Amino acid sequence: MNGLSALDRFLHTDPEDVGCGQAMELLHLYAELAATNAEAAAERYRGVAAHLRDCGPCKEDLEGLLAAMTEPRP
Amino acid sequence: MAVVRVRYVMPADPTTLDDGLDASSRLDPESAEWVRALTGSGAEREAAVVRLHELLLRVARGEVRRRSGLLRVDGPELDDLAHQAAADALLAITSKIGQFRGESRFSTWAYKFVIFEVSSKIGRHFWRRPQVPLEAEDWERLPDRFGLDPARESEWRELITALRRAVETELTDRQRQVFVEIVLNGVPLDALVARLGSNRNAVYKIMFDARRKLRTALAAHGYPHVNTSEQR
Ligand SMILES: [Zn+2]
Repeated sequence: MNGLSALDRFLHTDPEDVGCGQAMELLHLYAELAATNAEAAAERYRGVAAHLRDCGPCKEDLEGLLAAMTEPRP
Repeated sequence: MAVVRVRYVMPADPTTLDDGLDASSRLDPESAEWVRALTGSGAEREAAVVRLHELLLRVARGEVRRRSGLLRVDGPELDDLAHQAAADALLAITSKIGQFRGESRFSTWAYKFVIFEVSSKIGRHFWRRPQVPLEAEDWERLPDRFGLDPARESEWRELITALRRAVETELTDRQRQVFVEIVLNGVPLDALVARLGSNRNAVYKIMFDARRKLRTALAAHGYPHVNTSEQR
């Protein structure tokens, strides 16, 4: 059942999750690596990757940062 | 070059990075130019600040536009939000430029500030929208939040009742408050951060601890849908 697995997913906590503070601290480094190799970024910053899987706001920030990095500049 | 190797073998802990080395020697030319100009003085610095502001404003506008689907905000308001985010990011960047270690391009480091400012402004903006008054704790909304099918209520009713009981008995007042706001009332995390005058890390941690406690409590009551394994 989808709903129950959504609830299960929501309640699940990853012990590797570093929290927003550290994820935000490292987000620019994560983004630069992720821009060319998402898997390498997740591997090198495991705790950040774990956090980004569970934290909507930090994940949104990463997406914003990646979008800004790839936007052509004048 | 030894400096480069030091940079790339270090894992996630930024505090152990090579502080003593001259950052400018390992910057790409564009980043080095930004740092040089912004830490300089006079007309050249002013010109760099103006250039940086333009860049930040463009990123802020792009980001606000990217997120505008989630926001019930119109054009001028969005642009105002982008201007505020760019101005605050500019202040943060110019005051923290000494902390830029050259581990990334300067632009990536700088964009991070403006993205964070956009998030924070959007969080604050949430409360300026007309609010639908909510009951303090409306548990009837919970099934909908998790997409539970009303037609199959018999399958989840008991679990939801147990979850509610766990929220009431296992959580601290603060954890319960954050759970109710985020899960039942659907308040975005950054909006709650703004209202509590807190920070994202602290509110996330409260919610993290609450999630862990609730999962443990449900598992202790033998709910099979809630798997206690940490493996996914
Ligand atoms: Zn986060």
